[in-house]
Amino acid sequence: MSSIERFANPTRFMRLQKAVQPWVWVITFALFGVGLFLGLTRAPADYQQGETVRIMYVHVPAAWSALMVYSVMALASIIGIVFRHPLADIAAKAAAPIGAVFCFLALATGALWGKPMWGTWWVWDARLTSMFVLFLLYLGYMAIWQAIDDPRRASRIAAIVAIVGFINVPIVKFSVDWWYSLHQPASVFRAGGPTIHASILTPLLIMGLAFSFLFLALHLIAIRSEIGARRIRQTELARTGALQ
Amino acid sequence: MTSAFTAIVVRDFTLAVRQGGGIGTAIGFFLTVIVLLPLGLGPDQQLLQRIAPGALWIALLLSVLLSADRLYQTDHDDGSLEIMALSSTPLEIVVLAKASVHWLTSGLPLAIAAPVFGFLLNLDTALIAPLAIAMVTGSLALSLLASLGAAITVGLRQGGLLVSLLILPLYVPVMIFGVLASSGAQSGIDNSGAALVILMAIVLAALVVSPFASAAALRSFMR
Amino acid sequence: MVFTGLDFTADAGRMLVLRGPNGAGKTSLLRLIAGLAEPVGGSLVFEHTSLPRDTMLGEHVHFIAHHDAIKLHLSVAENLKFWAGFFGGGDVAGAMQAMNLTSLGEFQAQRLSAGQKRRLGLARLALIERPVWLLDEPTVGLDAASQQLLAAMMVRHLDGGGVIIASTHIDLPVKSSDVLDFANLAEQAS
Repeated sequence: MSSIERFANPTRFMRLQKAVQPWVWVITFALFGVGLFLGLTRAPADYQQGETVRIMYVHVPAAWSALMVYSVMALASIIGIVFRHPLADIAAKAAAPIGAVFCFLALATGALWGKPMWGTWWVWDARLTSMFVLFLLYLGYMAIWQAIDDPRRASRIAAIVAIVGFINVPIVKFSVDWWYSLHQPASVFRAGGPTIHASILTPLLIMGLAFSFLFLALHLIAIRSEIGARRIRQTELARTGALQ
Repeated sequence: MTSAFTAIVVRDFTLAVRQGGGIGTAIGFFLTVIVLLPLGLGPDQQLLQRIAPGALWIALLLSVLLSADRLYQTDHDDGSLEIMALSSTPLEIVVLAKASVHWLTSGLPLAIAAPVFGFLLNLDTALIAPLAIAMVTGSLALSLLASLGAAITVGLRQGGLLVSLLILPLYVPVMIFGVLASSGAQSGIDNSGAALVILMAIVLAALVVSPFASAAALRSFMR
Repeated sequence: MVFTGLDFTADAGRMLVLRGPNGAGKTSLLRLIAGLAEPVGGSLVFEHTSLPRDTMLGEHVHFIAHHDAIKLHLSVAENLKFWAGFFGGGDVAGAMQAMNLTSLGEFQAQRLSAGQKRRLGLARLALIERPVWLLDEPTVGLDAASQQLLAAMMVRHLDGGGVIIASTHIDLPVKSSDVLDFANLAEQAS
């Protein structure tokens, strides 16, 4: 029945990926080139923060991407658990480490930015805390894949973790907003920066797009290698006589 | 279905009482955390009074997490869970029954004991009632979420450590609103009423999500 | 994927015996039939006069696995009472009698010997009526007398029109049985 379908889809993906991959890389590099050029040379330095404001062109897109990747992961998990589509499980698994790196990048650049701006590497501010929780969710999700050997079982459990985490993210955001507003003086988080001009917004959006394409490029490769790894595993299983 | 629910509640409660350990160990652990805090932070009465609600909540959270670790383990290991899956009773009911017993034997006694232990942390006496109410409510959510963590890791060797990592993000909202609901006007404005309502909302959300997600996880481990 | 090319039927009133070396997949097949595992391909059809054809077996089977599913801190009677409550009814006294456990009723399960524990596990079969019995090595740890009790229970079940699928190394004194040999199957596959 569906066993042929099961393997046909990844095969079709492999063919598609091979054709698309170079173009995705070209677009990614082009976007990064333009975005970084505009952001680092053309965009104005902030009159208060000076050149450090340019961290924003990595920090903000990284944070956006971290959230986007988690959404992709949760969506793929839902598709995987509802339609039992193996490619969706693989897509969810492959997205996690990339998202975790984006999330870490956002946290790290945030800390680098926070030191000159706020005078401290880390504040238990609402946004930082919810981003940190997101990072923990990524770690937990990856830990589940690590802990369970059987990929079919791991995909279900990991999907449950991803979906519950997805419901949890807005709740955490909401709760820390509340918590923060009560406990912290309102002076720290007031950005009060300049309203966003086109000279800043344009490179920011281009960088956002560049990160999205970077994710696409890395995700395609990660899915490809995961499919490859599973095929190797299957061949080995078949060779050992498939005995338990 | 009702008879299955009752059967599990009666059995698990009997086991919890007969095996002992469970409730006593959780309260002992709770006490350990409470005793370690002043030793680590110094015996400043003012400081202790300020952090008392938060500290008690952290202790509650850790104790519930610790005791939930094995929630499904014995039933998984001795084959009971498989037999339960082979019946007209959905596993969701099994999860609800087991989470209820867990709450009765760990969350509830801890929530009652916490304000008493609060004296060790110089807890403001005006906060005893709100703290007890918030903890009785919040521990329901803690038990339900702990059930999810225990179900996700039931077949794993290094389950215990993983549970903490997976459940910590889910405990963040419970913790924040729990502390808000129990600290009254301590931090300036008194928002404890609103926080308690939100805490109840979180309990309801956990009541909806946890049985389905836990049952799905348990099924995956059997298949 | 443990096996391929398996084709069998188990008829009402007959026992199907699974034979084969360790690791041949007897347990996996039983779990598959019970609905505790999913087949990658193929199908299982359950034909019963009063039930739709695509019914999942789940609540219509008794599954005796390697584990006895008993709680050591409950007494023998309490263990059976729990399952009776969980299944929504059952004859606890009758089940204890069927496996000769009546005199042990008040003993905590942790004080039972391995064979007695096995009998307690098997007593679940007599607790409540279910058309299909899946028995995975049911005779392990049983002495000759207990094997007789089990066989008597199985014969009664078959006479009542039930189905039994059992993996066993011992020839149980149960007539009207078919054999599905996994050893031949493995040869075909390789």
